Amino acid sequence: MRSRFHQELDELRARLLRMGGLAEQAVDRACQAYIDRDLKRCHMVLEGETQINLVEREIDEMSFDLLAMQQPMAVDLRFILAVSKINADLERVGDQAVNIAERVMDMVELPKVDLPVDIPRMATAVSAMVRRALESFIEGKAELAQAVLEMDNVVDRMKNDAFITLVKAMNERPDITRQALDALLIARNLERVADHATNIAEDVIFWVRGADVRHNAPQPEEPPQPSV
Amino acid sequence: MGVGIQVEKLNAFFGKTQALQDINISVLANHCTAVIGPSGCGKSTFVRCLNRMHETVPEAKATGRVRIGEMDVYNGSSATHIRRRIGMVFQKPNPFPTMSIYDNVAAGLKLNGFRDRKRTDEIVERSLTYAALFHEVKDTMHKKSGASLSGGQQQRLCIARAVAVEPQVLLMDEPCSALDPISTGKIEELIFQLKEKFTIVIVTHNMQQASRVAEFTGFFLLGKLIEFDKTEKIFTNPSDKRTEDYITGRFG
Amino acid sequence: MSSSTALPQHDFAAAPISLRRRFLDNLATGSAIAAVILVLAPLVAIFGYLIYKGIGALNWDFLTQIPKPPGETGGGMSNAIAGSAYILLLASILGVPIGIGAGIYLAEYGRNKFGDIIRFTADVLNGVPSIVIGIVAYGIVVIRQGHFSALAGGAALAMMMIPTITRTTEEMLLLVPNVVKEAAYGLGVSRWRTTLSITLRTATSGVITGVMLAFARVAGETAPLLFTAFGNTYWNWKINEPTAALSLQVFTYATSPYDDWHRQAWAGALMLIVLIVLSVTAVRIAAGRTMK
Repeated sequence: MRSRFHQELDELRARLLRMGGLAEQAVDRACQAYIDRDLKRCHMVLEGETQINLVEREIDEMSFDLLAMQQPMAVDLRFILAVSKINADLERVGDQAVNIAERVMDMVELPKVDLPVDIPRMATAVSAMVRRALESFIEGKAELAQAVLEMDNVVDRMKNDAFITLVKAMNERPDITRQALDALLIARNLERVADHATNIAEDVIFWVRGADVRHNAPQPEEPPQPSV
Repeated sequence: MGVGIQVEKLNAFFGKTQALQDINISVLANHCTAVIGPSGCGKSTFVRCLNRMHETVPEAKATGRVRIGEMDVYNGSSATHIRRRIGMVFQKPNPFPTMSIYDNVAAGLKLNGFRDRKRTDEIVERSLTYAALFHEVKDTMHKKSGASLSGGQQQRLCIARAVAVEPQVLLMDEPCSALDPISTGKIEELIFQLKEKFTIVIVTHNMQQASRVAEFTGFFLLGKLIEFDKTEKIFTNPSDKRTEDYITGRFG
Repeated sequence: MSSSTALPQHDFAAAPISLRRRFLDNLATGSAIAAVILVLAPLVAIFGYLIYKGIGALNWDFLTQIPKPPGETGGGMSNAIAGSAYILLLASILGVPIGIGAGIYLAEYGRNKFGDIIRFTADVLNGVPSIVIGIVAYGIVVIRQGHFSALAGGAALAMMMIPTITRTTEEMLLLVPNVVKEAAYGLGVSRWRTTLSITLRTATSGVITGVMLAFARVAGETAPLLFTAFGNTYWNWKINEPTAALSLQVFTYATSPYDDWHRQAWAGALMLIVLIVLSVTAVRIAAGRTMK
């Protein structure tokens, strides 16, 4: 019945997917720049930041208008709220990609050293999380989102391991401290991206199931209902 | 104080046409329950069955059990007696045109034989205060006719008239649909206060109104009660797809 | 919403009104005014002629004295005026309650075959010639009592009032919006109480109009009184005795050979009209003051 409204919801969805694409691309580029020690890619990431911020603003404005003008209910309301939050998370992902690119730019100026940390492997895992979270949004499938939540533990462990090994390396070989520090920070950035991907997954579950699964909250006891 | 309403297997007919099918519902005392649904779904019929107003239509019939507090609506006293314990406010404000404001409010008392003048004065003043109308009419209520007020005031007058007989339950059939937004707002405010003394059932086709004033909401469709739950649940995450389709505007 | 079809460009507001349409408009207005004049003219003419012919004989004697024996001049119609009032009062006492009661019945309970029959009967009764009503009253009341009486006259006039009152009352009650009645039912007011205190009260103005209509119609009737009240040359307040009536007296005087009586007949006719107008106005004022 409300076809104009539903068209606008579709438009909102499309824009968020575009945002997702831009964020995913930024992270992938930054990680590839690390692997290839590619300054050009770093600059592309930094330039892409403007576009990401622009789209974020557009999505925010559109969500706000829809809430004010259309009085959405139930699933439509949950959808718009979820879009709003996913939007913010994606923008942070973009920020983290910029941070990674800056660390890479610093590292490229320093001599290349072998570090006891597998950043590319972590990057792959994190990238997969982001992609799967966006897929769960596209498909509207809570199971896919649930899988993302489980992957977060793996990434956390990877980050903790990286911390331990890199600190040990810095103690043993003080001359590579700066590179190690850069790598450590990149690991942390990647872990933050994973957190954002987790948030996105939680928002998808909220939208699809109407259940708030944030912070591992237990489902509330249903108050006594009038019998139907 | 308000009382709860239990409805069991309520079926209503207009001649051969069935308007309500096996309605089972439990309305909580001193709360406001909204009844929503598309046109023709039976929500008005349902509410009118609660005080047997349904029977004023020729060839209309209802079966089932309705208990309002201790009172059995269908298997006890006469319809007239039942209606004295249940107040009703209608869609279009309908003050008695030949009576003054005072007489309108006192009508339920006077027409049922109540003769104590002093107590009537007290009751009229209290009812008008309850309806947030007293200060606007206290100087003219004996002289001005009920029909000389504005639409919003007339509806508040009808509310005062309904509460003057101290019913246990107040039924409201789309009370704001003929009113402007400001009058509507005043009456919605009123409902918040009336909840303390009465159990309120309100029929509305304005979903935002239901979400503003009612703690519980029932969704009717084609004569059946599809879903009945706390209002937040109905409007944020309803269990039945038909409910969701209705409130998101996918039909109706 | 999108307009997919383009409307032909035509500015309706700016089009001039054709000469022919203006002419027809004025013709219609003129015809309506002419019709009004045609209707009012006889009324004014009658009234004017009555005043012209009757005002001469309308004096204090006329209003206070009873008729003198035939041939003598002077005397008046005081007993006839009083008698008319008396008979009309009796007719109202008999006719108004029955008429309103029947109207209430038809409006509230008569939406069926039986009600249709009653309605039909009332309409037929409305069309019965007044002299036939008089004969019926003669048969029912006069013959059984054995004498003419004011009661018989009142009965005859009541029979003529009832159909009009019934039908108007029914119409007026049906005009009361259903929502007003529902409001009363919602308060737990019983059906009969609602009908009397709410519905009837809301329709009061219209019901009174109906009663006044019936009253004005029978006030000037002569035929039904011919062999019921019969007339009387003296004062009479007894219900079971023949009574004078203004219309009867006018009839008698007008058909007599005496000039003086002719003049008094004109005065009597004028008096009749004046009294009817006065009573209707009085009721209107009284009713108006109780309404808000």
